[in-house]
Amino acid sequence: MKFMIKKIITLVITLFFISIAAFLAFQIIPGDPVLSLLGMEATEGQIEAMREQLGLNEPLLVRYGNWILGLLKGDFGLSYHYQIPVANLLKDKFPVTFALAGLTILFMFLSAFPIGLFYARFAEKKIGRVFQIINQTVMAIPSFFLGIIITLIFGLLLKWFTPGKYISYTESLTGFFGYLIAPAAAIAIPKTAMIVKFLQNSVLAQRQNDYVRTAFSKGNTENRVLYVHILKNACIPVVTILGMMIAEIMAGSIVVEQVFGLPGLGRLLVASIEARDYPVVQVIVIYIAATVVIVNGIVDILYRFLDPRIRVEA
Amino acid sequence: MKKQLQRILFMLMVFSVTIALYGCTGGKEGEGDITESLPESNTAQNEPKKGGSIVVGIQQDLDSLDPHMIEAAGTSEVLFNIFEGLVKPDENGELVPAVASGYKISEDGTTYTFTLREGVKFHNGQPVTIEDVIYSIQRCAGRLEGQTEPLVSAYSVITEVNQVDEKTVELVLEQGNTELIGYLTAAIIPKDYTEQNTNPVGTGPFRFVSYSPQHAFVMEANEEYWGGAPYLDKVEFRIVANTDSAMLGLKSGSIDIYPYLTSDQAAELSSQMNILSGPANIVQALFLNNQVEPFQDIRVRQALCYAVNVQEIMDMIADGYGTKIGTGMFSAFHQYYREDLKDYYQTDIVKAKELLTEAGYPNGFEMTITVPSNYQFHIDTAQVLVEQLKQVGIMAKIELIEWASWLTEVYRGRNYQSTVVGLDAELAPKALMGRYQSDSTKNFVNFSDKEYDEVLIQAVNSIDMQEKIETYQRLQEILTEQAASVYLQDPAKLVAMNKELAGFVFYPVYVLDMSKVYFKAE
Repeated sequence: MKFMIKKIITLVITLFFISIAAFLAFQIIPGDPVLSLLGMEATEGQIEAMREQLGLNEPLLVRYGNWILGLLKGDFGLSYHYQIPVANLLKDKFPVTFALAGLTILFMFLSAFPIGLFYARFAEKKIGRVFQIINQTVMAIPSFFLGIIITLIFGLLLKWFTPGKYISYTESLTGFFGYLIAPAAAIAIPKTAMIVKFLQNSVLAQRQNDYVRTAFSKGNTENRVLYVHILKNACIPVVTILGMMIAEIMAGSIVVEQVFGLPGLGRLLVASIEARDYPVVQVIVIYIAATVVIVNGIVDILYRFLDPRIRVEA
Repeated sequence: MKKQLQRILFMLMVFSVTIALYGCTGGKEGEGDITESLPESNTAQNEPKKGGSIVVGIQQDLDSLDPHMIEAAGTSEVLFNIFEGLVKPDENGELVPAVASGYKISEDGTTYTFTLREGVKFHNGQPVTIEDVIYSIQRCAGRLEGQTEPLVSAYSVITEVNQVDEKTVELVLEQGNTELIGYLTAAIIPKDYTEQNTNPVGTGPFRFVSYSPQHAFVMEANEEYWGGAPYLDKVEFRIVANTDSAMLGLKSGSIDIYPYLTSDQAAELSSQMNILSGPANIVQALFLNNQVEPFQDIRVRQALCYAVNVQEIMDMIADGYGTKIGTGMFSAFHQYYREDLKDYYQTDIVKAKELLTEAGYPNGFEMTITVPSNYQFHIDTAQVLVEQLKQVGIMAKIELIEWASWLTEVYRGRNYQSTVVGLDAELAPKALMGRYQSDSTKNFVNFSDKEYDEVLIQAVNSIDMQEKIETYQRLQEILTEQAASVYLQDPAKLVAMNKELAGFVFYPVYVLDMSKVYFKAE
């Protein structure tokens, strides 16, 4: 319990600092949100009126205070660019990003562990060496490039899906998930390769330990030793990297969303930065930071579950 | 085992080479054989068919759905289908009556009288009344309660909006001005309707269905449109992340029309889609800051004009597409436009060097060209310019800058040496020529010429058509003589269209008119 409370306090403090950073960053970078909004035809009067309307004439501290108070009350503010509440804007984008993240994580779990264990078992054999080459090649391919290759082969050549023809979840749920399979695969495959590598290394390292020899000497089969004794211990370093990857996936993959034309968080983030639509950017940044902190918290808890000897200092 | 390994490796190599080759085929294939199709007339086998739905790719997200709040040209391009003003532009650049059935401008140019068209209805089913018209004009002029600034700055010259009778409205201006008619294309919207930004209601040939930011804007046919219902049932404008994803969409058939191709992309698609070309109606130039070293010297500016070869630029970056211009205007302005000025500066390296020597730069100088990073076309142009300027000893370097920063630093701050961009305009000559008035806030090139300022006032105030044309032509001449900037071209707009479609019409203003597009009958 004490551990949980400590974790939550850390979360709040981290988010507080990130909110300051997110807010100040846009005071420093060049580009005026009002000019970006009004464009080349704007008159002095219109610019002044818009500045007043958006509350940009208030002192920095007041603006930050208002924003934080609003956030605490659940009011995310108004988008400069779209003139609609940020919450409404995000409401459309979160389902896309969450569904994509969920599917990606599912693919990763379903493939990484079986492949990793298979690989660890045959690491010393020839097939293991071949597998190593393939795995390292796949690991080195960036997701966006894989996305383009998938689009070319499965979209344009084999016509298994129509590139760019995103189907909204409000139209058809199966169509929606069907379209997400390709982008999820593009994100999941290189990451899976990385987890496989980690898992295999970890399993091989565990094999050297005394408890494995003991397990074998008790007459256990190869499979039993691998799944019952080694796997749990081998998972500890894998969980760390998995936590980082999941946080990254939850933040929305900017480039893959662009390749597949998905209207997710990543695209909104980039567009909002370009348009200097700070209220939107700030909320997304806070969301990403919160995801990273929370997922890491969960990883810490998982450590204790996997190995009760580990004491994590909050 | 070893054999097996070799076989697997061989398969992998074949596989990767196949992918690499596949990726390379684009660009070369069919290069240069773009068929220059003009808007086709309705021939027998081209009978329009009613119905069908299409997807049009657009590059920029909409900045507002409220027609009076739009600033981005990319937004008015789309909302042209939803909203209409008292008048609207047609494909020849003429203003034709829309919500008004006719108008009269008094001889001294101070009073505009509009007669409301019979039977025009808003998309919500309500008929358009004279109150709606007055409300819309007052709103643009910023004269409603709670407004402090006009939403359309040109409307600030309107002093009175009078209802004459149930069908007639009269606008009184502070002084004679015949150019305001070009701005009366501003949308007529229902009185006191507050949800324009989320659920826009207009009178145009299409009505709003849905909008999802960064994704799509959907509209359907307005069957009760006064000018006759459009052919298509439904049109979706899809916001594409970049041209690469647009190309994928075009190749896979998920996008039917895409109006912003480069010439390479057009060549790549030419076997699969119809490629149309028309003028983009923008002034592309190497704009020079007339107040900074060394461009405050007219000889240096002229030297640059002589050093640049526009034809070469067009050949290098657009396979020769584009129309050379020699001044700050383009051909859509018909009678106003001085086309002959394009040959005022013939490329002449010797002359350019002489002028530079006279100005005290016998060995040239270094300069920076600031280019907004989201416009590949302008970046490509700048790259050719850098090479051309080298020939006269000028070492230019390109600095890329985000659009938001360009607006702040270059356009408003005027803190730059030179920049390559394109300027578009409403159908009023002042929109382009007013930029060079010494004290205009839009004069980002810091051009200052006494004669120019005087002639401009004369041109704007003139109500005699002949005098107006002559004075505007003189203004263009001054810009060219003074080498206010290095004017380059009105680039071509290359449009890819599904082969089953026809009826795409080019406009002299920035619009995408979907009401004339149709599926060809079998």
